[in-house]
Amino acid sequence: MAVGKEIRTQIGSIKNTQKITSAMEMVAASKMRKAQQRMEATRPYADKMRQVISHLAKAHPEYRHTFMIERDVSRVGYIIISSDRGLCGGLNSNLFRTLVREMKKQQEAGIGLDFCTIGGKASGFFKRFGGNVIGNAVHLGDAPRIEDLIGTVKVMLDAYKEGKVDRVCIAYNRFVNTMTQEPTIEQLAPIVATEEDERRHPWDYIYEPDAKVVLEGLLVRYIESQVYQGVVENAACEQSARMIAMKAATDNAGDLINELQLIYNKARQAAITQEISEIVSGAAAIGG
Amino acid sequence: MAMTVHVDIVSAEGELFSGLAEMVFAPAEMGEVGIAPRHAPLVTRMKPGEVRVDLGAEKEPLDIFISGGILEVQPDLVTILADTAVRAEDLDEAAALEAKKEAEKAMKDRASEFEYAKAQSELAEAVAQLRTIQKIRERTSKH
Repeated sequence: MAVGKEIRTQIGSIKNTQKITSAMEMVAASKMRKAQQRMEATRPYADKMRQVISHLAKAHPEYRHTFMIERDVSRVGYIIISSDRGLCGGLNSNLFRTLVREMKKQQEAGIGLDFCTIGGKASGFFKRFGGNVIGNAVHLGDAPRIEDLIGTVKVMLDAYKEGKVDRVCIAYNRFVNTMTQEPTIEQLAPIVATEEDERRHPWDYIYEPDAKVVLEGLLVRYIESQVYQGVVENAACEQSARMIAMKAATDNAGDLINELQLIYNKARQAAITQEISEIVSGAAAIGG
Repeated sequence: MAMTVHVDIVSAEGELFSGLAEMVFAPAEMGEVGIAPRHAPLVTRMKPGEVRVDLGAEKEPLDIFISGGILEVQPDLVTILADTAVRAEDLDEAAALEAKKEAEKAMKDRASEFEYAKAQSELAEAVAQLRTIQKIRERTSKH
């Protein structure tokens, strides 16, 4: 029967797509669990590091490292963390939208911008959007390693030390829960205090062996750990966003199939009815 | 009750210890330091070695092996940011010996200055691991 052949083909092709999206959903779900475990394992380190740095920002040290001195801002460097692959809903575009809004504000204030991109989507975005990209790291995979990031981070830190940029910020998606990812922009350098200081007297640390060596090591480690944490969080966000997006796609494909099935059934029924009425009226014409 | 200080020990791989302690010993770069409650603020780097957390008279002290890191001390808070930390009980002596042998071998036929430095740090790490194991042995055999 020729009726509804196009519809049948369409249903078939949607079913194939549905199979792919549901497979991707399952892959993303299992990767998400691993990515979340990784994120939770590294979170205490990043949190404690932030706490130590916050203490340091409130100290009154004799020696002040470049990362501790506020400068007049004429150029800002952004480290942008995105995913390598697409098909993860609005994850990357939400981040870029937040970023563009922030960048507009800076540009209106006459502040120049430099970028370091991590992840294929960010470098692709700046290729289209334009911007001074000074560092780039892609293909980090599912288990990002800190060694892969050190180079990119160093480019930005060197630019800061040489005075090419006066502030370094990081932009990434913060993992709230499986359903919610929050585009976040945080300042890395100069360091900022996050807690209230209840100690009123000016105080300073004892440094061993000396302040310069200790602070240099500590601050570089701080920034690396924050960037690494950003990457790990972003990876967890990517997998959960992809899982949600693929689940929605699978559901939509199911709805579409149901609708088309209904149309197909109606068309088939109409064709049968028509055929019967043709036979009946033909028989009546002969018999009459 | 004796005075206590809050101690947090974290490594890049996860949290290792968080709680109150009477005293903390750590392998600072300039030599081992013992931190009692109300210690003056201090920041220092750490060498590979063993961190000991004294939990009080009635409890066993806790040993954690670290391969370097940063120690921060506030009067009421001690934070140890370890590069890689393993609980001393988990240490595999055979693996440590193996690593030491590897490092010594690498030092003998050193190809470049860079590899030499790397081998030296690996050796220091392996030696520190072995020392930790021996210390634990001594302590357990005394009991």
